[in-house]
Amino acid sequence: MAYDKFTVLTSTAVPLPTDNVDTDQIIPARFLKATEREGFGDNLFRDWRYDVEGNPKKDFVLNDPTYSGKILVSGRNFGSGSSREHAVWALYDYGFRCVVSSFFADIFKNNCLNIGVLPVTVSPEFADKLLETITANPETTITVDIPSQKITLDSTGESESFDINEYKKDNMQNGFDDIDYLLSMSDEIDAFAANK
Amino acid sequence: MEKTTLFDKIWDAHVVKSVPAGPDVFFIDKHFIHEVTSPVAFLNLEKRGIGVKNPSRTVATPDHNVPTVDQDKTIKDKLSRMQVERLRENCAKYGIELHDLGSAHHGIVHVIGPELGITQPGMTIVCGDSHTSTHGAFGAIAFGIGTSEVEMVLATQCIMQSKAKKMRITIDGVAGPGVTSKDLILYVIAQISAAGATGYFVEYAGSAIQSLSMEARMTVCNMSIEMGARGGLIAPDETTFEYLKGKEYAPKGEDWDKAVAHWKTLKTDEGAVFDKEYHFDAADIEPMITYGTNPGMGIKVKGNIPTTEGMEGSNKSSYLKSLAYMGFEPGEAIEGKKVDFVFVGSCTNGRIEDIRSVASYVKGHKKADNITAWIVPGSREVEKMAHEEGLVKILEEAGFELRQPGCSACLAMNDDKIPSGKYAVSTSNRNFEGRQGPGARTMLASPLTVAAVAIAGEICDPREVFQN
Repeated sequence: MAYDKFTVLTSTAVPLPTDNVDTDQIIPARFLKATEREGFGDNLFRDWRYDVEGNPKKDFVLNDPTYSGKILVSGRNFGSGSSREHAVWALYDYGFRCVVSSFFADIFKNNCLNIGVLPVTVSPEFADKLLETITANPETTITVDIPSQKITLDSTGESESFDINEYKKDNMQNGFDDIDYLLSMSDEIDAFAANK
Repeated sequence: MEKTTLFDKIWDAHVVKSVPAGPDVFFIDKHFIHEVTSPVAFLNLEKRGIGVKNPSRTVATPDHNVPTVDQDKTIKDKLSRMQVERLRENCAKYGIELHDLGSAHHGIVHVIGPELGITQPGMTIVCGDSHTSTHGAFGAIAFGIGTSEVEMVLATQCIMQSKAKKMRITIDGVAGPGVTSKDLILYVIAQISAAGATGYFVEYAGSAIQSLSMEARMTVCNMSIEMGARGGLIAPDETTFEYLKGKEYAPKGEDWDKAVAHWKTLKTDEGAVFDKEYHFDAADIEPMITYGTNPGMGIKVKGNIPTTEGMEGSNKSSYLKSLAYMGFEPGEAIEGKKVDFVFVGSCTNGRIEDIRSVASYVKGHKKADNITAWIVPGSREVEKMAHEEGLVKILEEAGFELRQPGCSACLAMNDDKIPSGKYAVSTSNRNFEGRQGPGARTMLASPLTVAAVAIAGEICDPREVFQN
């Protein structure tokens, strides 16, 4: 469904310097039982965030009031594993609009773009730099600019450009989703199907 | 003429339109749905006031979240019951074929599709589940999608998709005794890592792949996603046609001949170029097992857990975090580690050949006292065959507990959970933290290795267990 438009985002960020964060960690399977898209943020990173009794684990970054923001910066191969879009729903519902990593899993990346969470792929060096800086200075902001395809560490002005195709770029800036586009192509799809 | 790959041939034949500087409008031949990733898609269709474009191209079954006992009774878990009921309502409302709990063709979506002959060469197949790659074993382009894309397929029979890069993994040579297709794919993933094929669609080729049965090929393609690949496929051949012939949904008579003639054209041209190629020798591959928390962390059963030598930064800290979760030390041997549970099942290894393999191994033996052994057939059909062939009797005598079909302990959405801290050796596909239950420690292996572990009660090499 349509989502909030995304053009330029400036925000503090949450560091999660772990590689291979899979979708079972982002939202464990036992929390996929809803039939509506609501409340998934409560169980974001559930088993890293809470112990078996449901008490917050003090050493997990989401339980540390020092860190907050709409941007999550993580390690390599973020979002691997299951195709569950619930993982992105959980990130969105919690309040994240952008995830930064040096490497994303494919299906996760598509799912992000389909619901308005921006996956920003940066170089491993820049990812390390961001993680170091925001960990040491939680007040530091990061600016993600879709029109110019640029991510900037505001405290130092260091930046990198990132890839996003023109079609998705347009969608993100306007809050459009693919169904709007596909429905507009109905006749062409029918003609194609008739020849199969 | 341009030399093209099998992947190109199928992909290009399904592009309705290429969006300039964007993805392709990609036509989907067959869409599988289940109870967990479809309800929100249907809900959104309703919100938009649109229906299902072509219900005959979608097939449904509840599998992820169903109990594996008392399937004839009302589901006890309220949320699970709601998801299954919602699937029934949606299928009835839109006229979608449903293989419901208890029906003759119920089972894991990636088991019943091939079993019924719904999956065919040359098709494009999607499902809101990453192991949709399984269907690639038939020479189909098959991959997992998110719920927004499930909605797209229901509404328009298309998704927006950028074409992946192409990778070929060739395995030649002959694997030794006791080495199964699960070992082949665990070996490949360990070699190229859990992210080594991200951005690619993989074609598996070579004599060691061609000699595999259809079920063994499905195990290989199933785990393509575990190295990050969008999917994996194998060119159809006589083994494929033989498997499909006579299946309920396969073409019949003249249509069959026409279909086979077309399917025979589905192969990579000699000289076609891949973006990346790997070559392996099956003779180098031994029974494999994973020791960590992603499927790339695999070693031979006879091997040692890698040390941290050469690792640094987040790579090293992530590695140590993973081993700490598993309760293992860098450098130690994996053989001889005590195990608490074994699980035979899932879309990776829950087919009749897998159950035959376990049964033939444990016949006349008893599981170790410290082991709880679950065996969960991938479908009703598999369950039926296991009974008819006398396998169930053998397994029960060996101390295995047979459950009813479903995804079960592979992802532990239902009650089939491995308790926290316990070790499970599983034929499934993911060893992520908590995958088989909060705190559960999973080691992935072949059905044969799992059978050997069940008898020995500890990690062991299936080639040695009964030698004494």
